[in-house]
Amino acid sequence: MPISRGRTETGEDYIAHDMRVFVAAAPRGYGVEDAMKKVKSLVLAGLLALAPTLVSNGPALAQENAATAAPAAENAAAPAESAANATAPAAQAAPAATVAAPPRMKPTEGIGMPKPGEITLQEQFTSTGHTARWLHDVMLLPLIFAISIFVLILMIYAMWKFRRSANPVPSKTSHNTLIEVIWTVVPVVILLVVAVPSIGLLADQYKPAPKDAVVVKVTGYQWYWGYEYPDNGIPEFVSNMLPEDKAKANGEPYLLAPDNRLVLPAGRPIKLIITGADVIHAFAVPSLWVKMDAVPGRLNEKSFTIDKPGVYYGQCSELCGARHGFMPIAIEALPPEQFDQWVLSQGGKPATAAAAEKTADAAPAADAKI
Amino acid sequence: MTTITADHHLDHAHDHHDADHKPAFFQRWFMSTNHKDIGTLYLIFAIIAGIIGGAISGLMRAELAHPGIQYLQTWANIQHSLLGVEPASLDQAYHLWNALITAHGLIMVFFMVMPAMIGGFGNWFVPIMIGAPDMAFPRMNNVSFWLLIPAFALLLGSAFVPGGTGYGAGTGWTVYAPLSTSGSAGPAVDMAILSLHIAGASSILGAINFITTILNMRAPGMTLHKMPLFVWSVLVTAFLLLLALPVLAAAITMLLTDRNFGTTFYDAAGGGDPELYQHLFWFFGHPEVYIMILPGFGIVSQIISTFSRKPVFGYLGMAYAMVAIGVVGFVVWAHHMFTTGMSVNVKMYFTAATMVIAVPTGIKIFSWIATIWGGSISFKTPMVWALGFIFLFTVGGVTGVVLANGGVDDVLHDTYYVVAHFHYVLSLGAVFGLFAGFYYWFPKMSGKMYNEFLGHLHFWVFFAGVNLLFFPMHFLGLSGMPRRYPDYPAAFEKWNSVATHGYEIMAAGMGIFFINLIWSLAAGKKAEGNPWGEGATTLEWTLTSPPPFHQFETLPVIDDTAHH
Repeated sequence: MPISRGRTETGEDYIAHDMRVFVAAAPRGYGVEDAMKKVKSLVLAGLLALAPTLVSNGPALAQENAATAAPAAENAAAPAESAANATAPAAQAAPAATVAAPPRMKPTEGIGMPKPGEITLQEQFTSTGHTARWLHDVMLLPLIFAISIFVLILMIYAMWKFRRSANPVPSKTSHNTLIEVIWTVVPVVILLVVAVPSIGLLADQYKPAPKDAVVVKVTGYQWYWGYEYPDNGIPEFVSNMLPEDKAKANGEPYLLAPDNRLVLPAGRPIKLIITGADVIHAFAVPSLWVKMDAVPGRLNEKSFTIDKPGVYYGQCSELCGARHGFMPIAIEALPPEQFDQWVLSQGGKPATAAAAEKTADAAPAADAKI
Repeated sequence: MTTITADHHLDHAHDHHDADHKPAFFQRWFMSTNHKDIGTLYLIFAIIAGIIGGAISGLMRAELAHPGIQYLQTWANIQHSLLGVEPASLDQAYHLWNALITAHGLIMVFFMVMPAMIGGFGNWFVPIMIGAPDMAFPRMNNVSFWLLIPAFALLLGSAFVPGGTGYGAGTGWTVYAPLSTSGSAGPAVDMAILSLHIAGASSILGAINFITTILNMRAPGMTLHKMPLFVWSVLVTAFLLLLALPVLAAAITMLLTDRNFGTTFYDAAGGGDPELYQHLFWFFGHPEVYIMILPGFGIVSQIISTFSRKPVFGYLGMAYAMVAIGVVGFVVWAHHMFTTGMSVNVKMYFTAATMVIAVPTGIKIFSWIATIWGGSISFKTPMVWALGFIFLFTVGGVTGVVLANGGVDDVLHDTYYVVAHFHYVLSLGAVFGLFAGFYYWFPKMSGKMYNEFLGHLHFWVFFAGVNLLFFPMHFLGLSGMPRRYPDYPAAFEKWNSVATHGYEIMAAGMGIFFINLIWSLAAGKKAEGNPWGEGATTLEWTLTSPPPFHQFETLPVIDDTAHH
């Protein structure tokens, strides 16, 4: 296993186990069998990766992590040129890129981020998000509120009515089969009613992405994110948190804003393939109803379509060590044509070209990398 | 529920001297085989651990009162200067945060709630309530307690040895691999794991002891279906401990070998799987939450019945609801793992199975209300704590129904909503159960009455404090604040600062508790054998307060004419 040693912006040594060479299996399902298959192929890939001949077949993979991590921090100085550092490695692969990246989008206050003093869910921008928020706001919240109030009222009434001064002689009733049946059956019925949309929501969340979905491989590292667009031929670039002064200067919320954003198209289906490089992280964007663990040695898949352009923030949501709270996520959803422009600016192939290639070559894109 | 032939405690009058002969100090407290003394030791231990765990949460709330890092760097520097090493880097300060959240969780679960509920009240009252002279294995009982001391010492000591980025185990109480294996170099995590092993062994021995005692040592006439509900709750809890803890032991043993001996049980690169650890951990971890709350259910049932002067409504339903919760509690574990990437079918099953738990829990809530219904309620301190428990546990329970939805959990998982949920059922559920039990049995254990006014004041201040502390966390979680963060975006400041004020009020409530405790022990009125009147029907109230050193040398006989 190649281990790249780098230096983070605060100067601490870190060791990033570069797991990307392991990620060879095509993500299909999540069942135990698939997991076993995946594990087997990962082990195989791991062994193969140790062979020097194969390492040379995967140019720049082993060092790239360390190489890009450092520039990412420097580029934070000029966040307006979000795409700049990603262009550098990409340009080597496709020097023909001359298209300018779209300007860095300004976030809208209160959209895709928590509002100050907010007491409920963030506004949603995916269909799953709408369904789930409906389930929570219209069904679950009123239900749990009603149950709590019902219990409270019963208690207060009983406490008042049956206080010792008002009711000195207690009743001896300790059974009532009918009422016991009622308070068993009624909750069952309520739960069945809740279960139907819950199961529907789950099915909705697991709808597989269509073939033409934009595929991004998301990798969690201690403590930053890496994004790679295998179908578009854009190699991985990393995303580090912006320091406080730079986030503020940039008009972005500190602790939510990274230097490089995950750029995605609005209105087109997206498939994220999520994995971890060192420990378990979790890729979470509340306003898109997305949360998926980034587990080393596993490829988790998350599909969704973003309703409209915007900047959507998120944070790592699985304890991953010292700087767990300091590896934010930002998704910049561009109008589709601007996204294509961005892909070109990175030296990548836009969707139509990538899709054509995909149908021609049935083998999963990730396999080609090994 | 049961009536007891009353002549046995008159018998004590003439054998009182023998029954109350106590060994000398060292032999009595360090080599004890007496269930009541061991119960007392457990309670003292739990109070000390609770002070430490509670103080750690105070550090956490202080840091979280406002955005930015306020104190963490200073504390890390203090930690480093104690160790005589160079001042802490920022990352080491962040690591200290992770060590704090880990210690808080482990201390409160393994060294506060469990020792108090099972070791403390279980030891004190299970033998008495079933009419037994002591536990089945008195010396093993002592071993159970004394194993906790090295376990706790190891956990506290781990804060002062390297654990990866900084000092102490910073893995969270769940100790997920690979953060706990390749992600935490140094002996801190090994010490924490060993601490869990020893605490687990202690609990397994205790569980064996309780099961044997309850199944074999009930007084004549005390059938299973006449046992007080507290004994039922401890019986179910003991089975959960016996079945769940070995799985934890296996899981953390594999962590140890992965860490130290090159195995790869949890490492995909060697054919293992990090998810395996989570499945094993939560197979233990979910029953564990019932281990913490079931004895609370039992305590609350006793208290509600006593102060309503009515037998518990639907006794059998109550007993078997606990059994059902225990059984179903073993088949819902993966709802803690909804975002790990499990298949849709697995997620649907765990969503449905988890919701099922709401049914027996609902039976319990409604049966408690039906118990006070028609009763003659006196609002003594234990009763207000028990009533508070019922309502707050309901609030914690219904948010559990929300979290049970695999689809909804996608946004709530690992946010403060989860923190709010489990503190409502544990910090407000289990802890209210503990205080209810403490006030209820304090006269029996100490022979002194507590101060009723201070007890009520403690309740109201604590009630206000914990609600202010934990309710806003629902808002934080819904709007997306992740758990285990030492710093947060400015938008989350309002409710965090409210929560910190809630902690201050709660801490003031704890001050009242300790004043009451010290005052009552020093100057409390002498307690009668049964201070609670006709509603208190279980066997402990037939004895003197405190009970003789050895009770029931002549076994009590439970009258068969008992009605329920």
